[in-house]
Amino acid sequence: MSRLDRLALKQEIEDFLYMEADLLDQRMFREWLDLLAEDLIYFMPIRRNVKFGQHAEKENTKQGEGISWFDEDKWTLGKRVEQILTGVHYAEEPLSRVTHMVSNVRLLEVSPSVEDPRDVVVGCRFLVYQNRVEYESNTFIGRRIDTLRRNGESWLIARRELILEQNVLLAKNLSILF
Amino acid sequence: MTTTLPIDRMIDTERGTISREIFVSPEFHREELEKLFTRAWLFVGHESQIPNPGDFFVSRMAEESVILCRDTMGTVHVFLNSCRHRGMKVCRYESGNTSLFVCPYHSWSYTTDGKLQGVPLYRVLYEGQLDRSEWSLIEVPKLHLYKGTVWASWDAEAPDFMTYLGDAVDHLDQVLDCRDGRPGGSEVIGIHKWILPANWKFAAENFLGDTYHNPSHRSVDMIGIGPSARAGQTGRRDNEYNKGQHVWASFPAGHGVHSVWMPEEFDYQPSYAQYPVVDEYFRHCFYERKKRLGDKARIMPFTGNLFPNTSYHGRQPRALCVWHPHGATQTEAWRFFLVDADAPAEVKDVLRRFYMRYSGPAGMTEQDDMENWLYATASSTGTIARRYPFNYQQSMGAYKHNDPIPGDVSTQITEQNARNYYQVYARYLKGESWASLLGTGDAVRAAAE
Ligand code: FES
Ligand SMILES: [Fe+2]
Repeated sequence: MSRLDRLALKQEIEDFLYMEADLLDQRMFREWLDLLAEDLIYFMPIRRNVKFGQHAEKENTKQGEGISWFDEDKWTLGKRVEQILTGVHYAEEPLSRVTHMVSNVRLLEVSPSVEDPRDVVVGCRFLVYQNRVEYESNTFIGRRIDTLRRNGESWLIARRELILEQNVLLAKNLSILF
Repeated sequence: MTTTLPIDRMIDTERGTISREIFVSPEFHREELEKLFTRAWLFVGHESQIPNPGDFFVSRMAEESVILCRDTMGTVHVFLNSCRHRGMKVCRYESGNTSLFVCPYHSWSYTTDGKLQGVPLYRVLYEGQLDRSEWSLIEVPKLHLYKGTVWASWDAEAPDFMTYLGDAVDHLDQVLDCRDGRPGGSEVIGIHKWILPANWKFAAENFLGDTYHNPSHRSVDMIGIGPSARAGQTGRRDNEYNKGQHVWASFPAGHGVHSVWMPEEFDYQPSYAQYPVVDEYFRHCFYERKKRLGDKARIMPFTGNLFPNTSYHGRQPRALCVWHPHGATQTEAWRFFLVDADAPAEVKDVLRRFYMRYSGPAGMTEQDDMENWLYATASSTGTIARRYPFNYQQSMGAYKHNDPIPGDVSTQITEQNARNYYQVYARYLKGESWASLLGTGDAVRAAAE
């Protein structure tokens, strides 16, 4: 029955997202990369102050054009991981302490069907806390929309959109993975 | 105009020592805002951001918000973004198009050329008292458009921008001109704005010609993030300047650049491996540029800083970055990314992706800079730390005048650009004349002899 299927699916997806967050917080970066689809789109727009009524059109920079905080693919994220693992990427050396919180999880689209979910668009909120060296700390809060793709018993992240609730970035760096 | 700060003792470029106070103390911060940022030419924006009448872009000059605006007649203005009545920020949208700026507080409204137009209940409350013509938005007295870029100074006595720029123009041109050497023709494809807890001069000085900090970028050089990195190439950019002579040039008005002086015969170095369309574009531009510029084509840019706080990356990546002071130990950085406006879409796409992974807070290269600037600032604030100056003795005296290009030119890594920069900086803080600030005053000449 569809409601139970939906509940089970939601639980499965949540478990996946929590496991994924844990990999990052445990600094298992390579294992985290394995959860990304080869054709991944990883996107964090820059948010702008616009006049009422222009939000849909102008508030966020757009994926695929111009400059955003992140608009990249798996290769680039792989490079970010590689860089951290050099041990001389000083912006993450010594490593930051990071916790990824995920909440407000909702299934936005399931296709082709809840009974046979192969692609799932899932919305959530993120709260990422970073503490660095001694006194440096940043809190990144926002909305996230992920497209997950069925991969055997698990899932692959095919698209991640991170809507950070900031205009001027209040952190000196986005040196952690989201 | 005189200052109580012992500037000459703190900035001793003869000995090559500079006090940490200038990087951390609120007094210096205040003096800079009063005496330096009120006079020097500052970068405000780019005409591609305001192509049409009524277009505006809210920018900054040091700590203050300004509106860059093309009025309904097509003339470009820069206004302080503060209402003449009680100071409300008149425009809080980052960009847009309007025929009127209406203040949210009491609804005074200003036309796009800055004139006070609407004053609610004018007849009843102000008739005979308020002369609207005297209460326009505060406008910069000096404005200059150069190859698409917009520059302004708050000093009506400031020399014209081209005089201020001096011979640094040849290097700035490498940023602003089309890759094929046509003058101008760039467009801004996006802007980064972020806060970094570091003094702004660390960033300016870094771009001014601090090539010595290369080892801090070891991680990106090891893994390779350049335009040809997907083809397995290490390093953070293509090796375009093969066989060129690196030069570090400083100029009397305080500017400094790191460029490359190419040999008389030099050829295109294949770049953008795996992007044949992009490689072809740059190959084509390379030969066109050589044809157009002749000997000047031998100048190829790395980085530079135009006094005081506008830095650039000239080619890979290509951007202007303004380091706005935001308190003594905080900077608000605004980076404007550039491409040739008429470049093919695929070229622009490859470039923007490279820019994003190289520059700014999410940029794999620049993150390490930010880390350094932050902790260099933080560890210089202590009472004991402030008693000990920074060392600026690198390559003392190792430069030639106007050889092989205009300016004081070093062919080895040097802190000469920084020494020159802080000499000029000191003159601003001492409130000296424009002749002195441009390096043409008698005192300056005498000191040089
Ligand atoms: S502050 Fe703008 S109208 Fe009063
Ligand atoms: Fe750097």
